Amino acid sequence: MKLKVATCSLAGCFGCHMSLLDIDEKLFDLLKVVEFDRSPITDIKHCGPCDIGIVEGGVCNAENVHVLKEFRKNCKVLVAMGACAITGGIPALRNNVDLWDCFQEVYHYGIGLENGQIPNDPELPLPFDKVHPINEVVRIDYFLPGCPPSADAIWKFLTDLAAGHEPKLDYEMLHYD
Amino acid sequence: MTEHNVCDLPGIVARWGKDPANMVQILRDVQESCGTIPSDTLDQLARLLGVPRVRIEATASFYHFFHAESHGAYEILFSDNIIDHMAGKEALKQYFCERLWLEPRKLSEDGLVYVDDTADIGLADQAPAMLVNGYAVPALDHARLDLIAELIRAKKPLGEWPPMLFEIPDNVRLAGPLMGEPFAPGAALQATLARGAEATLAEIDAANLRGRGGAGFKTATKWASCRKAEGEALLKKHAGPPQVFLGPLGGEPSEARFSGGDHYVVCNADEGEPGTFKDRVLLSSHADLVFEGMTVCARVIGAKQGLIYLRGEYKNLLEKLKSVLARRREANLLGRNILGEQGFDFDIEIHLGAGAYICGEESALIESLEGKPGKPRNRPPFPDRCGYRNQPTVVNNVETFACAAKIAERGGAWFASIGTAQSTGSKLISISGDCQRPGIYEVPFGVTVQQLLIDCGAEDAHAVQVSGPSGTCISYREFDRRIAFEDLPTAGAFMVFSPERDMFEVARNFSHFFAHESCGFCTPCRVGTSLLRNTMDKLAAGKGSAYDMHEMKNIMRILQDMSHCGLGHTAANPVVQTMEKFPDAYEKRLKKLDFEPAFDLDGALTTARLITGRDDEWAHLDND
Repeated sequence: MKLKVATCSLAGCFGCHMSLLDIDEKLFDLLKVVEFDRSPITDIKHCGPCDIGIVEGGVCNAENVHVLKEFRKNCKVLVAMGACAITGGIPALRNNVDLWDCFQEVYHYGIGLENGQIPNDPELPLPFDKVHPINEVVRIDYFLPGCPPSADAIWKFLTDLAAGHEPKLDYEMLHYD
Repeated sequence: MTEHNVCDLPGIVARWGKDPANMVQILRDVQESCGTIPSDTLDQLARLLGVPRVRIEATASFYHFFHAESHGAYEILFSDNIIDHMAGKEALKQYFCERLWLEPRKLSEDGLVYVDDTADIGLADQAPAMLVNGYAVPALDHARLDLIAELIRAKKPLGEWPPMLFEIPDNVRLAGPLMGEPFAPGAALQATLARGAEATLAEIDAANLRGRGGAGFKTATKWASCRKAEGEALLKKHAGPPQVFLGPLGGEPSEARFSGGDHYVVCNADEGEPGTFKDRVLLSSHADLVFEGMTVCARVIGAKQGLIYLRGEYKNLLEKLKSVLARRREANLLGRNILGEQGFDFDIEIHLGAGAYICGEESALIESLEGKPGKPRNRPPFPDRCGYRNQPTVVNNVETFACAAKIAERGGAWFASIGTAQSTGSKLISISGDCQRPGIYEVPFGVTVQQLLIDCGAEDAHAVQVSGPSGTCISYREFDRRIAFEDLPTAGAFMVFSPERDMFEVARNFSHFFAHESCGFCTPCRVGTSLLRNTMDKLAAGKGSAYDMHEMKNIMRILQDMSHCGLGHTAANPVVQTMEKFPDAYEKRLKKLDFEPAFDLDGALTTARLITGRDDEWAHLDND
């Protein structure tokens, strides 16, 4: 039976997902052993029970928490993929700026704005005052570092898990400069 | 109260020989006279010293005691060690702030006073304590704080404050060979000159003296290696005519300077380990012994220049030490042709630190002496071959030099007869915390913890933190262990905790200390110490889980394996050891066995709810 895999991007740039696609032709090999549930690849909106959940990006708003909790609830193994999921990354740069100042800049004083208003539609995810790594919200089983992790690293990681053993990345795959 | 904003920059720079290597001292003087280190000063300094502004900024921003914004006429820093907390520091600080209508870390409206915390200031035997404009005030209570508040409100200059506020008793409870016996200045030097340098080194070797800073490296080995190492002046001698080499303060007329100083003696008086205060007492009452030890070392390794790196918190000792140095120069125990010995030239100058624990690490200390941020160097090469100004340098602890002077005077065999075979001599133990008689205890190495507890009046102790946060926490089950390099090595701190104390809070205090004092050079330490602190805070808030305990163990492994220097290697010790020895203190704080978020999910949305005016279902989160 194929492994079920779900993926999502929270406060990230989809760069990690691009790296996932960079597996290129080996995606066909991957699809022999895994089947995607909720993922930007399938456009399925909610995930059912899965073996592996892969999360890109940190947690910056309330909706991120709902998604993350859904993943935790449904996935046997939850993986933080990339720098933002692990540390907050680039989006967390805003942690040094007051949220009120952020809103003012974006909706009131930004270039070209006139009579700007701060939106209050319930459909819009409400932002946290700080961006957090995902392991501060749910328990995470594995951390796959990199900005983004290389296609080879993702491939190795997934195939190791699919083969049923602890993922092990060589030094080269974790060495960034 | 210093007259602020009148700053004679060219004067200060000239006083320090226009040498960028004296940057820390220059910045200290700037701050002393201006009250701050303003941004435009950095530009002027860059011009005067001929170095890039960023280099100055790197140093200015590194040290806790330097700041660009004004801290008013009175800067009050409360010592923040766990011992101060146990003595009621938090409540007293709050009381003090209320009396002056202040908030901590915020300059008062009238620009008069600023209150903040600082790491242990070496007064754990007289906790709680504070620094007022850098000068230590011990044994704080309501009466003393009332008085200080009055003095500040009346805008009395610090010089007119009652001297009794600044009186710091030595509290020597048990004296031994170092502190108990009279020492005639010059005695050790005379013996050294009579015996010769080589034979003196042999005595230090026979004494089996080991470094008193905690690591216990054999002093004779260090000195011998430095003695053999070739310095620049020697190399130049091989190459051709000797060049004039100005000492660190080259050109300053008031103090003796010698050319050709290619070996250095450095005394590490950056006693930053919380709970340690023996060097304070040695320097306060036995400075001759320390300076004499440095001079003996100079004779052995052939140094012309000595430096003592005095932690900024001990600024109150500066004048006293300067007068001892002046007296020794007059007595021809320093200066040219010491005690009539032709060519034996040596002098000592004092550098003040600026509030950085890491500068107690010898290579960071050297960096700081060279005017740079105190970040540990890669080693090897060790300072004995490549130290201050990349020259062969002996760096020893204050107490080590005092011991060396005693050995030079009385011989190695005498010293070796005290203590144990592997740990010879006596050790100064600084006892503080839950005991009847805190203070200095000079005991032979090999003494049991139990014996020390009886001596200081703490028979009911529950735990002892030996050698400070980076040392060892021992529980009442291990009180038969011995103070010695082969069992419990120590730099001297001995903090006693009674059964009522919460050992989790002790470890949490230490985790804050390390996160604050990490120099930031390497990621494992910079991030690891912060993560450890955050997790301890999470547990303290009653939101811990088994997952957090597991994570802390992971962080500890990374800190221990990957850090650049000893600070990172030992930063997790307090948590590791209390977890192991007092598991109950942790377990009662775990809310869930599986997982608990690190922050209040719904609370973190409060700001955004206020800004948007939303209160709908999607603007809230369950915290479960």
